Amino acid sequence: VFTEEDKYNLYSNLLFKYFLAEGVVCGHDLFVASAKEHPDNILKELPAPLLDDSYRNELGKEATVVKAEDSQDSMKIAWRYQNLPKLEASPTTTTKFGHYYDVSKKMPPELLQSIKWQSFYLPEESHLQPKRNICNMNNAYARLLESIQRIIYQQGFDGSDPQKKQKNILRIGIQSLGFMLWGDDICSSDTPKDIHSLTKFLYVLRGLLRKSLSACIITVPAHLIQNKAIMERVTNLSDTVVGLESFIGSERETNPLYKDYHGLVHVHQIPRLNSLICDVPDTKDLAFRLKRKLFTIERLHLPPDLSDTVSRTSKQDLAESAKLLSSGCGAMAMGKKHLDF
Amino acid sequence: QGKFTLLRDTRTDGSFLVHHFLSFYLRAGCKVCFVALLQSFSHYSIVAQKLGVNLTAAKERGQLVFLEGLKSCLDLWFGEEEKQSGELSPLQFLSESTSDLKALFNFVRTSLTPADSDTWQGPVLLVDDLSVLLSLGATPVAVLDFIHYCRVTVCSQLKGNIVVLVHSEQDSKDEENELVGNSLSHHSDLILWVEGLATGFCKDVHGQIKIIKRVSLELRGEQDRVQVYQYKIQDKNITFFAPGLSAAVL
Repeated sequence: VFTEEDKYNLYSNLLFKYFLAEGVVCGHDLFVASAKEHPDNILKELPAPLLDDSYRNELGKEATVVKAEDSQDSMKIAWRYQNLPKLEASPTTTTKFGHYYDVSKKMPPELLQSIKWQSFYLPEESHLQPKRNICNMNNAYARLLESIQRIIYQQGFDGSDPQKKQKNILRIGIQSLGFMLWGDDICSSDTPKDIHSLTKFLYVLRGLLRKSLSACIITVPAHLIQNKAIMERVTNLSDTVVGLESFIGSERETNPLYKDYHGLVHVHQIPRLNSLICDVPDTKDLAFRLKRKLFTIERLHLPPDLSDTVSRTSKQDLAESAKLLSSGCGAMAMGKKHLDF
Repeated sequence: QGKFTLLRDTRTDGSFLVHHFLSFYLRAGCKVCFVALLQSFSHYSIVAQKLGVNLTAAKERGQLVFLEGLKSCLDLWFGEEEKQSGELSPLQFLSESTSDLKALFNFVRTSLTPADSDTWQGPVLLVDDLSVLLSLGATPVAVLDFIHYCRVTVCSQLKGNIVVLVHSEQDSKDEENELVGNSLSHHSDLILWVEGLATGFCKDVHGQIKIIKRVSLELRGEQDRVQVYQYKIQDKNITFFAPGLSAAVL
């Protein structure tokens, strides 16, 4: 899984922590790697899982309020939308896939202690040279690969130890790959010394993941990488690619279209594994918001356009936002040519 | 016989064509050398089973030579020094000593050169996906040379076919990839170009495919024949239909 970081790295960090927290709750093993923040600190700041009862109560309250309003007046203007299935904006209480987390609380240390975890903190490891560096890769990446491979082999995630009865999954989290602290200059220069280091690393990692029972999330500061060809190749080598675009500091923050949300989620690629087809979602327009306790990803709703003097920045922007509207009127999201009504 | 088919996909995933050609040629009784760089063997195996072909059995009876790029790369990277025993890994170009794809070509050649006991129909080389070689550090010239050598051996000498997939993005900034793709387009006998819809994303039409028969290469004064269809991928097959006639519209 590949996440393009948002500019100030607030939200992608959150997703990263969610991935690791889910691993803790499911009892998976963890491997955390970072060049900036010590993995111990990262793990201490994982969000606490929500216990079923308290969450259901909260959610129940919200849901009942919404339902009450809806049932009273049937839609008058946008009557066409009435026939659409009710959008599940918040996670339902009936489907239980994964867990929910409370962002305002930290994960209790007893939970952390119940799982095995390994870490790779670059400043502590950089003095050692990698044993072999066949591909002439960046040293830091080579060390990281060696570390991962050693864990996979020693803990038996690749099935090499038939004695191990209980099979577990290794969740690997790598933070801010490609960032200059890793010794790679793709973020700082237009013509980096070695543009293949990152892609070679990803290819070998992909091989390791395919060979073992592990899943990996990587966050990358895509906005810093000058050479876009690298991002294209990286996308090609990943299974899932999600980009987070936060509204902080951009003109969209004050745009009334987006007032309920903190950013957009761009799903660039979904895995197509072991099958001809992939799980095509209903809509590709997703936005996220960070409430006090919850981080939610939901479908993008545009508020109704009530006045024609609403100051939208420009017609171009309107076209952009029209592109994002995925409604019953037909699919036109994410295309260059927008359809006029 | 002796045809070079180029598969291109832009803005979408054209790997279903690779799965199709793999099962097609195996069912036709050809000897296939599959250079699979992007996915693992089990992925192709599972999809092939849905299409009615057993890859493991084909490998065992010698009909299929499967190069799993991911595994070879791992062997090269983490393997022990003594294991080499004079045999070069097909992905030898990853180490700095060689910058060309000769080892890979030799692998293809030895796999497809028929032994006396072989009774297969013509040899076929299938590559998924060529763009990965560029990501791993091969230069575009090296990639084009590799394809050229393969054409000479497989298409001309052995009268076999080659099918190659090149992936690209729309408005791609990856010039090396575009160079390889365009250059191969000029030399292909048949181009199958798969694209996502220009107007965006739709549940009933997954994309459109352009079939270009390079008749102009045969120097008869004819122009290339282009056909455009739209398609929808299902679990076990793909339905094609003329543009505008998808189930969503009818």
